[in-house]
Amino acid sequence: MSTVPHDAELRLVTGPSALGGGRRRFLDLLRLMSVTEFKRVYFGTILGYLWSLIRPLMLFGVLLFVFTQVFRVGSDQVEHYPVFLLLGIVLFTFFQEATQNSVSSVVAQEGVVRKTQFPRLVIPLAVCLTALFNLGLNLVIVFVFIFAFGVDPVWTWLLFPLALTALFIFTSAVSMALSVLFVRFRDVAIIWTVVAQVLFYATPILYPVNFKPEGDFEHLLMVNPLTVIFEQVRIWILNEAGAPTVVEAAGGWLGLVPAALIFVGVCVYGAWIFNREAPRVAEEL
Amino acid sequence: MPLDDTIASPSPIAPPGPSTPLAIQVEDLHKSFRIPIHRVDSLKERFVRPFSSRDYRELRALDGISFEIHKGEFFGIAGRNGSGKSTLLKLLASIYRADAGTIRMAGRLAPFIELGVGFNAELTARENVVLNGVMMGLTPKETRDRLDAVLEFAELTDFIDLKLKNYSSGMLVRLAFSVMMEADADILLIDEVLAVGDAAFQQKCDDAFREMKAQGKTIVLVTHDMATVEEYCNRAMLIEDGEIRQIGDPAEVGRRYLQLNFERGSETGDGSISADVNEVRVIDACLEDMAGDRATTVEHGDRIRLRLEIEALREINGISVGFIVANADGVGVFQFGVPVETEDGSVQSLDAGEKVHVRCDLENPLTAGRYHVHCGINQAQTARVLLHVHNAIDFVVFGGDPNRGIVELKYKAEATVGNPES
Repeated sequence: MSTVPHDAELRLVTGPSALGGGRRRFLDLLRLMSVTEFKRVYFGTILGYLWSLIRPLMLFGVLLFVFTQVFRVGSDQVEHYPVFLLLGIVLFTFFQEATQNSVSSVVAQEGVVRKTQFPRLVIPLAVCLTALFNLGLNLVIVFVFIFAFGVDPVWTWLLFPLALTALFIFTSAVSMALSVLFVRFRDVAIIWTVVAQVLFYATPILYPVNFKPEGDFEHLLMVNPLTVIFEQVRIWILNEAGAPTVVEAAGGWLGLVPAALIFVGVCVYGAWIFNREAPRVAEEL
Repeated sequence: MPLDDTIASPSPIAPPGPSTPLAIQVEDLHKSFRIPIHRVDSLKERFVRPFSSRDYRELRALDGISFEIHKGEFFGIAGRNGSGKSTLLKLLASIYRADAGTIRMAGRLAPFIELGVGFNAELTARENVVLNGVMMGLTPKETRDRLDAVLEFAELTDFIDLKLKNYSSGMLVRLAFSVMMEADADILLIDEVLAVGDAAFQQKCDDAFREMKAQGKTIVLVTHDMATVEEYCNRAMLIEDGEIRQIGDPAEVGRRYLQLNFERGSETGDGSISADVNEVRVIDACLEDMAGDRATTVEHGDRIRLRLEIEALREINGISVGFIVANADGVGVFQFGVPVETEDGSVQSLDAGEKVHVRCDLENPLTAGRYHVHCGINQAQTARVLLHVHNAIDFVVFGGDPNRGIVELKYKAEATVGNPES
C-alpha cells in the first residue's frame, strides 16, 4: 500500500508496558516519583518527617512495656531485647508501609496512567523506594539504640545490606502484585490489611524464633521468608551467643527450602502478574 | 510536489507531501473493549459468579485503521464522540495496547491527551514542570534548563514556587501548554487543547504552532472542532464507527464531518407545523448555494439563497411570507419578510391551488455553527398567522470565527484623533 520505502527511523510502537522507554528515563522517573511520594506523604503534615519516626517508636514503647513488664515472653531469652524488638519493628514497618501504600498506588495515579505513557513499574517501585528511604533514616535511630545498649560492633554488620536487599526484593514483588491486583479487585486492600497483621505476629519481632526450646514450632515459623531474613539480621547485628543460626532454627538446610521456594515464587509471581497486567491497567481503571 | 494546501493562511514552508519521509505509519489497527454487563469488582463476586466474566459485550472502537503521516505534516483526526478517535490517539500514545495491527513511528513523541495530567496539585510549578518533562523523555537536567523558558511562555515566572493547588484553571492550562511546547519532541499528539487561555495567549499558541510547523515537526491533532482542523491542518482524517470515512483535504473532511454530524438533525427538519393547515401549505423549502444547488452546508461570506414554495389551499386575500434565522441555541439572529403583491404593489389574492415562489438572496453573515430557518405565512391585512413551519430549513455554516459573534458584518469604521468636526 505504501509507495514510500520504510524509513530507517521508523520503529515499532508496542504500547504500554511494565518497563520500556529506556533505562535512563526509568531511573529518572523512579527517582523523581519517589521524591514526590515522600513529599506528598510528609510535607502536608505539621511534624513532617518526624511522623515516620514517631510511629515505630511509639509502637516500640508500647510493645516494650507489654513484653517486658506484662508478659515477659522473649525478654529472658534475648540478650538485648529492646534492640531486638526495635530492629524488628523498624524492618517490619518498612515492609508494611511499602506494601500497604502500593496497594492503591496505581489506582491513585489514575489520571497519569490513563493519559500518559511511561513505564508502569515506576509507580509501585517509587512507593517501595520511599519506604526504603524511611527505613534508612529509622535505622540511624536503631543504631543509636544499639550503641546505647552496649552491643559491640562486629564484622557481620557489613553483611546487613545483603539482608536488606533480600527484604527489598521481596517487598517490591509483593507490592507489584498488590498494586495491579487492586485495579481489578478492590477487596485486595482489606485482605492485605489482615494479612499484614497476621504476618506481624508470624514473624519473630516480639519474640525470638526459639521462644519454645522444645517442639517444632520454629520449623513452622521458618516457612515464612520474612522470618528467615529477620532471624539472619538478628544474628548478624546483635551477635548473641545463644541465638540459633537460621539453619539450626529450620532444622537443617532442608528446612529452609519452603521459605526459599515461597520467596522465589512470590518474586516470580509479582513480576509475572505485573508484566501481564501493566499494558491493560489504563483500560481497567 | 502536489500542492493540496487549502489552509486559509499560507504557510511559509512547502507543505509536506509524499516525498518527505514517514513520521507515523499505522497498519490495520484493531482495538475493541470488553464492556462488562456486570462488572466483577470484588473477589466475592468472582466466587459467587465464577463465570460472570463472560457477561460482556464487545465494543469495537477501531476496526482496521490504516494511514500514514509524513514528517512535518499537521494532521487532523476528526470524529464525533464515540467514533474511536480518542482510542486511536491513546494507541498512538502507547497508553492502550492494540489488539491487532502495527504502529510505527519515527522520532520522539510527546503525547498530550489532556492538558495538565500528571500535574500534582501538592507540588510547585517548578517541580511539576520537571516531573512532566521527565515523563516526556527529557533528562532532569534538560528540563531544568528549559524551566525558565517554559514559565516565561506561560507568563507564570512570578508563581514558580506556588503550589499548583493555588493556581487558577487558566494558569494551569497555560502552564500545561507551555510544558508541551518546550518538550521538543518530533511528533506531538494533541487532543483538543487549542482553545485555551485568553485572546492574547491564544495568539501566542497560534504563533507557536506555526513555528513548530515551520520547524518541520509532525503534529497530530484530535478534535471535534472542524474550524480548528481547517485552520491548522494540511491533511485530515474523519473517523466514524471505528473506520476511516474520509482522508485528505481538511475542507472536504470538514464538510463530510458536518454532514455526518447533522444528518439525523436534518431529517427532522421540515418539522412541526402549527396554525391552520387548511389555508396554505409548504411544498418545498431549501437553501441554495452560489451555484444554485441545494445545500445543507454553506460557507461564511458566500452568497446564499433561501427558497420557499407554497401553495394556497383555498382562496386567500393577500399573504406575506417571513423567514426567521435562528442559531442552534434557538436565538433569533435576524429575520426578513416579503409580501406577495401584484406588480403595482397592491394586494394579490390567491386562488385555491395557486403556487407562490419566494426567494431571498443574502450574503451569509453567519459564523460557523448550525442554524435553523423558521417560516411564517401571514394574512396580509390582519397579520393573522396562517402557517408557521418551525425549522423548515436546517443548515450548517463553516468558516468565520464563532468566537467573535454569531454574525460578522461588513462595516466601515473610522478612528480619528482630535476634533471630529475639523
